[in-house]
Amino acid sequence: MSRLETGLLKSQRFRRAREDDWRRLERLMDKAEKGSLSKLTDEEILAVPTLYRSTLSALSVARETSLDQGLIDYLETLSARAYFFVYGSRSTLQDRLAAFFRTDWPAAVRGLWRETLVSGALMLLGALVAAWLVSAEPEWFYAFVPGELSGGRDPAASTETLRATLDGAHDANGLSVFAAFLFTHNAQIALLAFALGFALCLPTALLVLYNGATLGAFFTLFASRGLGVELGGWLLIHGVTELFAVVLAGAAGFRIGWSVAFPGQRRRLDAVMDAGRTAGVAMGGVVVMLLFAGLLEGFGRQLITDTALRYVVAAATAVLWGAYFYAPRRETVRVR
Amino acid sequence: MSADRVAPRTERAFVTPEGVDLRLNIGDAGQRAGAFLLDAAIIVAVLVAFTLVVLFTGVGAVSAAGTAGAEMMAVIWLVVFFLLRNFYFTAFELSAAAATPGKRIMGLRVAARDGGRLKAESVFARNAMRELEVFLPMSVLFTRASEGGVDGWIYLLTFVWAAIFVFFPLFNRDRLRVGDLVGGTWVVRTPRRKLTRDMADESAGRMTTYAFTPPQVDAYGAKELHVLESVLRQGDRTSQRTVAERIMVKIGWTRAPYETDRDFLTAYYAALRGRLEQKLLMGVRRRDKHDV
Repeated sequence: MSRLETGLLKSQRFRRAREDDWRRLERLMDKAEKGSLSKLTDEEILAVPTLYRSTLSALSVARETSLDQGLIDYLETLSARAYFFVYGSRSTLQDRLAAFFRTDWPAAVRGLWRETLVSGALMLLGALVAAWLVSAEPEWFYAFVPGELSGGRDPAASTETLRATLDGAHDANGLSVFAAFLFTHNAQIALLAFALGFALCLPTALLVLYNGATLGAFFTLFASRGLGVELGGWLLIHGVTELFAVVLAGAAGFRIGWSVAFPGQRRRLDAVMDAGRTAGVAMGGVVVMLLFAGLLEGFGRQLITDTALRYVVAAATAVLWGAYFYAPRRETVRVR
Repeated sequence: MSADRVAPRTERAFVTPEGVDLRLNIGDAGQRAGAFLLDAAIIVAVLVAFTLVVLFTGVGAVSAAGTAGAEMMAVIWLVVFFLLRNFYFTAFELSAAAATPGKRIMGLRVAARDGGRLKAESVFARNAMRELEVFLPMSVLFTRASEGGVDGWIYLLTFVWAAIFVFFPLFNRDRLRVGDLVGGTWVVRTPRRKLTRDMADESAGRMTTYAFTPPQVDAYGAKELHVLESVLRQGDRTSQRTVAERIMVKIGWTRAPYETDRDFLTAYYAALRGRLEQKLLMGVRRRDKHDV
């Protein structure tokens, strides 16, 4: 029993030889998890992958040769922590944002073109149906437009009142509150449209249809009083951005719902995951678009009261978004 | 240990690019719910505190700058409310810890299911789905409270429909909620563990006193070794006594008067582990005492 005389087991010697490295890695992980990456010096950051690999191989060896359960448990948790650090996202917020605006967002929106067409068509359909119904029987207006949204702009109002609501005659005070409210409200609706997509597209479709119907009802009401052109300017100055954003949110929802219902050749989980990533990028962009729309609606519309000028702004935003998303661009292959 | 080990129910294979299985444990439903409630409590608390601050400073702002001051406060409140509601989770899960404060307290973190990097869009998508899982069911509940006149059956159906999304994690093995499904993520446990003492260290120098014969150290397998290890770690006197007596009977050891239970157990632990590890090196893993 000479092995017993030497006093140390192989696994004990194994542990003693590497213990310092593990403890060092543990300290680095504590530091990294507590704060940001910036707390680690360059030297420490370079040391982490090496320590991680040696810890991982120690784990493999320990599993096969050591029966010290405490040690194996420790190595498992330490390796997992280091794994998440080493393979975690390392890009800075700045890089991520740059990549998002430069390539990811337009690419995701382009990837959703089919759903975007469907979503847009649904909104148009809602608008047309509502317009037809309201022009046949004005009472339908109340079915499509909830009271708090119309704010007195309903068939009972006189033409003069309706015209006045389009002037943006609000005093400039309160505009910023208005803009903030519109942005948060619309973004919430867009997020809901996106999330509802998971329930097999139908609720999203209803939401988009309903959105279109409200629009159609409004337009018919104003058009019947000869205010169609003015309303167009009033709506489109921010509406191009806002409606496009809602259409995109619907499209993102459709993509998810469709892949849940019809995953095709792939496993349902994989299909949903892929759809979720594309749709997630597009939705991030939708929130940005709605922020713009809220600013345009809150400030732009109330400060620019000339109808022609409103149309110019609307056309400009349409061209801008169209070019940004759909204009052909050079494949940016950058080797760093 | 290896394949013959009984894995806990929450354990999932998670193979790193280096080819090592990290054997992560997923967070169970209780931990997930606990983390969410903690986060919800934090959000509400921050919101209440913030509202109070805005109210108090609002009074000051109005007296200083008139309506412009009040307006400023209203804008700030609206935007902060929106950000907290929608981006509290996203922002924290994008950080290095990939966990909200609630998750961190419960020892959880978000990870990509495929073992790759956790992408920003995944985090965004998984949290945007909360609209469906949290806010929609909540609004269903409040519809009832505020309107009351909703047709009972429609209400019931809506309620069941909304509840499907709330309780989605309970219906699948990996406790994925809808957001996890869409984001391609899952929530795993990342407990912190300190490196505990090697129980074999204690027996150093005692090996000569306790010279076990080969049949004596062949009495047990790895399972019993681990039980012995945990008994030694806990250091409870009565259980040590029971275990020591059981082992002595089994291996036919007659106790000398100066031997304490702990001395005997540590020595036997080291001897048994040495024997079993020696066999391991030869490729023989003895699971328990019945495994020959």
